[in-house]
Amino acid sequence: MVAEGSQKFCMEVAKVNSSASLPEEVMLDIYRRANLIYQCDEKFRSLILSGELQILYYSPRGQEILSAALMAALNQDDYLVTTYRGMHDQIAKGIPTRDLWAEFAGKGNGTCKGKGGPMHITHPDTGVMVTTGIVGSGMPIANGLALASQLEKDGKVTVVCFGDASTNIGAFHESLNMAQIWKLPVIFVCQNNLYGEHTPQAMSTGCKELIDRAPGYGIRAVQVNGNDAFAMHAAAREAVEYARAGNGPTFIEAKTFRFLGHLLGDDSHYIPAEEMAAAKAADPLPAYRQALLDRQIPATVLDAIDAAILAEVEEAAGHGLDSPYPDTAEIGRDVFEQEIAA
Amino acid sequence: MNAAARSKRINFAQGINLAMDEAMAADPRVILMGEDIADDQGGGVFAATKGLSAKYGVERVRSTPIAEQAIMGAAVGAALVGYRPVAEIMLMNFMTVAMDQVVNHAAKLRFMSGGQTNVPLTIRTATGAGAGFGGQHSDMLEAWFAHVPGLKVVTASNPADAKGLLLSCIFDNDPCIFIENTVSYGVSGPAPEEGYRIPLGKAHVAREGTDVTVIGYGPAVTHSLAVAEELAGEGVSVEVLDLRTIAPFDQAAVLASVGKTRRAVVVHEAVRQFGVGAEVSSVIHENLFDDLKAPVQRVGSAFSPVPFSPVLEQAFLYQRQDIAAAILKTVRR
Repeated sequence: MVAEGSQKFCMEVAKVNSSASLPEEVMLDIYRRANLIYQCDEKFRSLILSGELQILYYSPRGQEILSAALMAALNQDDYLVTTYRGMHDQIAKGIPTRDLWAEFAGKGNGTCKGKGGPMHITHPDTGVMVTTGIVGSGMPIANGLALASQLEKDGKVTVVCFGDASTNIGAFHESLNMAQIWKLPVIFVCQNNLYGEHTPQAMSTGCKELIDRAPGYGIRAVQVNGNDAFAMHAAAREAVEYARAGNGPTFIEAKTFRFLGHLLGDDSHYIPAEEMAAAKAADPLPAYRQALLDRQIPATVLDAIDAAILAEVEEAAGHGLDSPYPDTAEIGRDVFEQEIAA
Repeated sequence: MNAAARSKRINFAQGINLAMDEAMAADPRVILMGEDIADDQGGGVFAATKGLSAKYGVERVRSTPIAEQAIMGAAVGAALVGYRPVAEIMLMNFMTVAMDQVVNHAAKLRFMSGGQTNVPLTIRTATGAGAGFGGQHSDMLEAWFAHVPGLKVVTASNPADAKGLLLSCIFDNDPCIFIENTVSYGVSGPAPEEGYRIPLGKAHVAREGTDVTVIGYGPAVTHSLAVAEELAGEGVSVEVLDLRTIAPFDQAAVLASVGKTRRAVVVHEAVRQFGVGAEVSSVIHENLFDDLKAPVQRVGSAFSPVPFSPVLEQAFLYQRQDIAAAILKTVRR
């Protein structure tokens, strides 16, 4: 059942070290974003497994490059809508790590005063408008953000990230259709990690490739190896330019893989061992580091970035754990504009 | 009635249309979306948006695909960044298709974002039995939405209120569901002045009385006023309180009125079980138990899907004599 997706994936990852290149500052920017995600993920898992942090955690391990390369193609004020497996997107879009950490820890100085939590991150200063815990629900909202930009003529684009399983829910189909008829500046990025919770794509989806769904809506569509930073960044930039020029939406199917299952604690027993081994052998993070070394970026430069990120994450994690919880009076605030006696 | 007086009357559809017209004229960020709402598609199935696309353009008055999740999501998204969308969900039963966007997103994003964002969205939706629309075009579902923290639920008992309340919904900074009564669009009443707004969350004493308070909203207010008039002849003085805003409802006004009359009846077209009447009745009992001269009575429709056959539909709906009987039960015990 999974063989086809697995083979396809292995074919795709073989293309990671493409001959493409980017300006050095862009390559380093992607490297920095991806490794910040990686270090945050390492730290989150370590603190969850030690019992110091008690949250539901959907690790993005394996999808860092995709998100970093995508967000590096956006402006800070472009909008992002993402999903519960969204920490990589939120970090890559630029949410300050200490504010995100405080929110994940449920603290009053978190991005959302501790009232949203890991599945509901909002941070308008970096364009992160909605993180939804409902599969597929971000896409209709992304259209609305893009509609506002179209009416305002503010030049912003909206990116909405979701998983492969989201393409099976009605909101996906309604949204692609509406985005295309209204020519909205929105980019639908399907981070296809080949599994919806524990079910392989081939078992949940009638068409062979998810990109095959797009022609039915007349929408521009691109399939890309999301684990290849160069290919992913190029696809994202093209879609952004297309949207900013007023041409309308793009559907990007970005192939990737999820190394740590659906929810932390999931042993991935439903993924064949050889498929997991092949994916891990093609881990996009070390592959990207090697690609930068191959492009004459000195290891010392990358090591210095790693060290700075490690210090940043240690500080952010400590800040998150040590910050105070919100005042319980918060329960009656933000239900409506006027505070209520909840 | 002379011509001048007649010209100062409007029906519900006109009141609703005027509210959107004034709102769109006042604020370019007020936009409308819904099925068939632009003039080329008929100006809405109930003509509530008639003429608005001609006046403000199809960019701001947008006919949509028949896709309620997409309509509601687009309205939520635009609202998040400062627009004031008015989404028309043609009939309230179609809200079920968009419940995820309404309940999980519109209602909660202010709270879950810690107040960083808000959703100044108005949803207009029509419903109500009595016109033979059957089981999937007539349900009164206001209690569902009233039960969700973060949503405001509003309905009007006359055309002037429809205009004043809808304008307040559009300019409110929280998501509002404005319920219109399908069979009342053509009912007319005195026209309000330009710019007339009615504050949300405030009930209105539609008729003063001393023996019993009848609490209702929408067409139930009209029915209750008629019953009150009849019972006045029998020496029963009925106060009628129009909630106007169903959620959050004006507890202070309810308690003030019932504190005075010491008897209460709650009337709504929705089925009685688990309805708004249960909540209002509970609040009265919790606060005024020792003052009450009789238990609070509820009047509502029968606990069945809305039936098609006119005989069954009338049997389903409460009748005016049911309101009278409930009132008399409180005053003659």
